[in-house]
Amino acid sequence: MDWEIVIGLEVHTQLSTKSKIFSRSSTKFGAEPNTQANAVDMALPGSLPAMNRGAVERAISFGLAVNATVANRSVFARKNYFYPDLPKNYQISQFELPVVIGGQLSFLVGEEPCTINLTRAHLEEDAGKSLHEHFTGPHGESSSGIDLNRAGTPLLEIVSEPEIRSAEQAVAYARTLHSLVVWLGMCDGNMQEGSFRVDANVSVRPKGSTKLGNRCEIKNLNSFRFLERAIQYEAQRQIELIEDGGRVTQETRLYDADKDETRSMRSKEDSHDYRYFPDPDLPPLIISDDWIEQVRQSMPELPAAKRQRYSSDMGLSDYDAAQLTMHKDTAEYFEAVAKQLPADQAKLAANWILGDLSAHLNKDEIDISQAPVKPASLAGLIKRILDKTISNKIARDVFTAMWDGDGEADAIIEARGLKQINDTGAIEAMIDEVLAAHPDIVEQYRAGKQKAFNSLVGQVMKAAKGKANPQQVNAVLKEKLA
Amino acid sequence: MSKLNEFSSISELSQALHDKKLSATELAQDTLAAIKSYPDNKLFLHIDEGLSLEQAKQADAMLANGSASALTGIPIAHKDLFVTKGWRTTAASKMLANYISPFNATVVEKLLQAGSVNMGKLSCDEFAMGSGNENSAFGAVKNPWDNERIPGGSSGGSAAAVAAGLLMGATGTDTGGSVRQPAAYCGVSGIKPTYGTISRYGIIAYASSLDQAGPLAHSAADLALLLDSMSGFDPQDSTSLEYCDADLNAQGRILKDFQAHQAQGDKPLKGLRIGVPAEFFNAGLADDVASAVDAAIKQFEALGATRVDISLPNTHLSIPAYYVIAPAEASSNLSRYDGVRYGHRASEYTDLFDMTSKSRAEGFGEEVRRRILVGTYVLSHGYYDAYYLQAQKVRRMIIEDFQRVLKDQCDVIMGPVTPNIARTIGVNDNDPIADWLSDIYTLGVSLAGLPGMSIPCGLGGPKHNLPIGLQIIGNYFNEGQILAIADTYQQHTNWHQRKPGQA
Repeated sequence: MDWEIVIGLEVHTQLSTKSKIFSRSSTKFGAEPNTQANAVDMALPGSLPAMNRGAVERAISFGLAVNATVANRSVFARKNYFYPDLPKNYQISQFELPVVIGGQLSFLVGEEPCTINLTRAHLEEDAGKSLHEHFTGPHGESSSGIDLNRAGTPLLEIVSEPEIRSAEQAVAYARTLHSLVVWLGMCDGNMQEGSFRVDANVSVRPKGSTKLGNRCEIKNLNSFRFLERAIQYEAQRQIELIEDGGRVTQETRLYDADKDETRSMRSKEDSHDYRYFPDPDLPPLIISDDWIEQVRQSMPELPAAKRQRYSSDMGLSDYDAAQLTMHKDTAEYFEAVAKQLPADQAKLAANWILGDLSAHLNKDEIDISQAPVKPASLAGLIKRILDKTISNKIARDVFTAMWDGDGEADAIIEARGLKQINDTGAIEAMIDEVLAAHPDIVEQYRAGKQKAFNSLVGQVMKAAKGKANPQQVNAVLKEKLA
Repeated sequence: MSKLNEFSSISELSQALHDKKLSATELAQDTLAAIKSYPDNKLFLHIDEGLSLEQAKQADAMLANGSASALTGIPIAHKDLFVTKGWRTTAASKMLANYISPFNATVVEKLLQAGSVNMGKLSCDEFAMGSGNENSAFGAVKNPWDNERIPGGSSGGSAAAVAAGLLMGATGTDTGGSVRQPAAYCGVSGIKPTYGTISRYGIIAYASSLDQAGPLAHSAADLALLLDSMSGFDPQDSTSLEYCDADLNAQGRILKDFQAHQAQGDKPLKGLRIGVPAEFFNAGLADDVASAVDAAIKQFEALGATRVDISLPNTHLSIPAYYVIAPAEASSNLSRYDGVRYGHRASEYTDLFDMTSKSRAEGFGEEVRRRILVGTYVLSHGYYDAYYLQAQKVRRMIIEDFQRVLKDQCDVIMGPVTPNIARTIGVNDNDPIADWLSDIYTLGVSLAGLPGMSIPCGLGGPKHNLPIGLQIIGNYFNEGQILAIADTYQQHTNWHQRKPGQA
């Protein structure tokens, strides 16, 4: 039996507003428990919610970025259920009329382009945190602690259509979405801190079938690796269950990273009736076309637009363009470098950033924004390659020296005497010397051994202490051996 | 007998204070003494003399340095649904028996800034659910006109305290009639303004789309002063209005309108068209109430107004619509009372679910539990469309009924507040629905969010000593106008000056 895996992802992104969605408490991570929870967050008697405009603007920018419809009128609804980390015992969310409808996300899975449709995105408030260890009650009984600092943090829940067909595709979708929300500045993307949480709805069906199988929701996956593993495990579990004659029960499950398996959440809350109804404490959210336009004007150029520009205007490959637009900082760095170079040398800038610069960043475990070599400095180095002052090989050493703080390219080249020998006469002289000194290698070359050529080039470079212009050496040597 | 009884209005008392005939502190002491010796000890749920006298001291300071207003030094009290710093706020429930709020309700803050002096927290029906103040967990309140009878509800304590001469004014809340109905039963004046004009921040929520604060006092003129001070846009309440049509929702708006609509002369109300709904004079209306209301309308006609017969055909649907919508919203608003962060927590339980269930079962009274269950039911999957959604559609129809008549048939609407005079305490114990049915004249106004008020217009009952109220309903934002109309009536009649025991 050939099985098809059907996956839909619900991603909760914490919005980067300074204060909460319905109260003015701080959203800063890491504070002492219950120090960032005011009367509204605590749901004290008489407290009421008041909307955070910044949260709405981030939702609008997301809607525009994925080509969705931003609703001119959306409604907040109460999702009712009892749990101690939800102070009102209802969550203010959106139900029938969300703020963003539709949209698409395009990305590469390996080299394959893929587009997934979004169902919707809506605003809601985050719950607090339950901590089940290290608490004892007044009679010594084991207890749980509730920290309401997180309660009320703004969330945008982004729902995809169930069009994803593999764990690999799911991860690519999630990574792209992650990249996008960080790019837009609407979410800090810190998965360890819970800023970006993925729920995966997984079901299986015989290939060719159009009917959806019962799905299981795997909640709160906060790493791409866990997302991949959880989907793989779950799909397999369901397939085996069905092949053994069983039925998949629709339920909520958790992924256990230690055991690498999913298991059912013990809960009475599973088949919840949330009794959704429009929240009478909040008027409908009205977003005028003017407001949408204002947000559109203030948005940064999106990765897709940049990729297009890099490919068509700057001649980069799709792959390079995709790599450079994974993070806004990288794209901005690249553009800053490319701006200082001749138009047709953008590829060189791309190579340096994706090559040596990236390698150094990885080694030092820092972000591009923290790179000790700034765009202007890198551009300066590349210019010296272009004007043949130094070879590409030497440039790599110079780059390392710049990274280590030895100064600008020119200063280092000067101090270490690294200027390339471009003078044809000098090069000819060196080549003549080498040819004279190594007749055996010349013999080998004449006999057809290509490797011998490289060996001769090597000898010339050795004699020149690496400073001979390699293109010239190659050209002149070829001529002389012809 | 409290000193307050020497003054016939807030303005008169305010003048005396400004003229230094007495100080706010003396007045507060005298008021506290009168409250202490008042026989119904269920009226106030929390009194703290120290806190009251501190506010009186502040008032005296304001009077001395010229920053006093019309309400400075005036003794008032708050329905125990408004959260207050210092005084407990219990919502008349065991659930919040020992709760002290860290913040003041916006209404409380506004009246405090104006220099009024809070005498304490007044009993009410538990979580504002009830029409007789019998649903207080701390004991039923007695109607000062007849101690065997209910004062009305849910703002029964507020109405009784004003009627008993213990205060010049009290705050109440009106969700389906809870200011207007007790005002009618206790022979005082009360008003529920347009929804959205008074901040709900700090009012323990019952039904969010219906709750609205309102003052109770001895006259429309007094109500105007209190209402103006209580009103205003509050960014903390998202249902609070910034504008009332073209006017800013701010202090001064209502007094300005009240003054603008003051009318003098022989026929001061000439040109005013009073719509009288046929449906408000149905079979359920008692004869004594019908005659008193009729007589009042005739009085208005004598003052120059014209009576117009109108129809509000969906009046009877206001009961099912309200008793679906209000419990639905309440069931959700009261979910926060789970014994986790504040309020009553059961002392013995086996797990989380047990703790929450027991705490709520122990903390909530019968009527509250009844409405939470109804509310939960009508929002449930499979029932939402048939009940909640349907009720909201009916609400739209009721709103349209009012708009249709107020558009070009009449300027205001008048009729009874209640079908009967106040009933005996305990009479509807086994029939909770009977009380629900008596809300028929007040519910529609709440569903529509229109301003409505009640003023005394007669006395009825077997001994003709039980107050009857006249309801006056205006179009949106016209609280100033209806107060002025009521004020004109009160200048030509004296029902509002009758006191319990002097009838």
